[in-house]
Amino acid sequence: MIRLEKISRTYLLGGQPVHALDGITEHVKAGEHVAIMGPSGSGKSTLLNIVGCLDRPDAGSYWLNGREVGTLSDEELTAVRRDLIGFVFQAFHLVPRLTAAENVELPMVFAGISRGERRRRVEAALAAVDLSGRMDHRPDQLSGGERQRVALARATVMGPRVLLADEPTGNLDTASGRQILDLLARMNAEGITLVVVTHDPNVARRADRIVVLVDGRIARRLAGAEVSSTADLFAVANGEPG
Amino acid sequence: MTAADLFTFCLQALSGHRLRTALSLLGMAIGVAAVITLTALGEGARRYVIDQFASIGSNLLIVIPGKTETTGIPGIAAAANDLTLEDAQAIAHQIPEAEQIAPLVIGTETVSHGARRRQVAVVGSTRELLEVRKLALSHGEFLPAEELRRGRPVVVLGVKTARELFPGEEPVGQVVRIGGWRMRVIGILAPKGTQLGADIDQTATIPVATAMRMFDRRSLFRIMIQVRKAAELEPAKTKVLRLLAERHHEEDVTVLTQDAVVSTFSQILGALTLVLGAIAAISLSVAGIGIMNVMLVSVSERTREVGLLRALGVRRRQVLAVFLTESALLSAAGGLLGLAAGWGAVRILVRIFPALPASPPVWAVAAALALSLGVGVLFGWLPARRAARLDPVAALAGR
Repeated sequence: MIRLEKISRTYLLGGQPVHALDGITEHVKAGEHVAIMGPSGSGKSTLLNIVGCLDRPDAGSYWLNGREVGTLSDEELTAVRRDLIGFVFQAFHLVPRLTAAENVELPMVFAGISRGERRRRVEAALAAVDLSGRMDHRPDQLSGGERQRVALARATVMGPRVLLADEPTGNLDTASGRQILDLLARMNAEGITLVVVTHDPNVARRADRIVVLVDGRIARRLAGAEVSSTADLFAVANGEPG
Repeated sequence: MTAADLFTFCLQALSGHRLRTALSLLGMAIGVAAVITLTALGEGARRYVIDQFASIGSNLLIVIPGKTETTGIPGIAAAANDLTLEDAQAIAHQIPEAEQIAPLVIGTETVSHGARRRQVAVVGSTRELLEVRKLALSHGEFLPAEELRRGRPVVVLGVKTARELFPGEEPVGQVVRIGGWRMRVIGILAPKGTQLGADIDQTATIPVATAMRMFDRRSLFRIMIQVRKAAELEPAKTKVLRLLAERHHEEDVTVLTQDAVVSTFSQILGALTLVLGAIAAISLSVAGIGIMNVMLVSVSERTREVGLLRALGVRRRQVLAVFLTESALLSAAGGLLGLAAGWGAVRILVRIFPALPASPPVWAVAAALALSLGVGVLFGWLPARRAARLDPVAALAGR
């Protein structure tokens, strides 16, 4: 589903080039659940932005769903995001003036989906995150966990193949966080490819595989039993040999 | 996305900031209302003048002493020769088209009866003035038909002057003093109101020869000639000019047809309306800058929203459309509000000054509305483009 070959991304920071990503090669199969860990500034978010077609690599190639997308125009990348990718953010990014239902409806409004179809899908998506009774509440009338569930419904309402989550539980208490992780796991079980960027070992432990990024390079890969057996994931995530 | 969806989204965004939306609406509304009210005033003035000319009678030639190079503004050129009663007589005798001839001398004098005194406009003319200026008598007689040179001491009073000098009395047959002259009142004019800036109801009309002696004038102020039909205006004008050129040995008078005067005034006042409209249009562009300001604030406030939309797969063009539609909605709504306010203001003006037929010209209304919409789109362009060009990653981070 996701194939990254020698991806590099360099920023200019105060006139100095910063290698946010330096030759990343990684494959994610359809339906996989992958966690990306690493210390601050390791390039996790940059990698997620490139995978999410919000940003383009300076070098290397990126195939998404069998298509080379690293070289597409802005207009084409926009269409890829709309049709294949769902985002979940740490800060939820709900539009404050819109109700839960309207927030979920938002991507479909701009995609030109008919009113009746939108209504049907909004109801289904909110039911899937157990928020049918909160449809007409605005974000400020919802708890943090409920807000992230609305965001999750919005991310999946267009039927994406890939769900990208950047610290999805970072702003939540433990119980709400667990609820979100359960929902993500369920959606992954239903076939969606899930990539989660996190600091939190408890979040990472839910994944099939963990990729640890340090200084824009992949420092370590953990898979299978390693994921659950590695005692000090926190140390691993910070680039220390654990 | 459909237009209805776009409108819904934009209206939700605008109603999220009621005060800010209301204030920018107000700016645009004031601009449009100003255009409508000011052009209505200009147009009202133009129509007022045209109505005034129509009320003084039709098929008129007006002879003015002095020569103007271009037709139009009367009384500017200096007179070389006097325009005399003999000239008027010659016109009457030698020009068959001239049906009615009213020579005119105008001055200001105090009219008194006993202790009551009134300063009025004194009009010296002949019996024909009644027909030429479409006047009517309330009662009594108008000036007698007589030889031009004979100036009898008689006066026809305007209705208001008569009432003020003779409260509760019958003025006809009584004697008034005008300047040092004793004059017998022989008639009262019917109420007519203001005509070309002069209140007919506050006048004293006396024989032209009397007036020339009273004001010590040798020249007439005007000779008004009424022809039988409009087609005779031009031939009569040529003949009058030729006759007076012969008599004065040079061409030193100006002959205006009423049409020329009306169209000159109409042109001047039309230009005035245009200028007023242009001044008001400046306030429209100020309102446009207000809208631009509001939209820029809106874009920077909604940076994260724009980032989100882009992440959700909303195209740059759609983001542009959202912000352009918002500014267009703002300005169009402001324009409609201004239209209503301007219309209301014009109605109030008409109520206060019933004589002024103020109504905004259609072109001004259309231009104000089109301009307000255009201003919204024009000044909305920069903020909308800024929003559309935001980098999604930076925008999501609120940068």
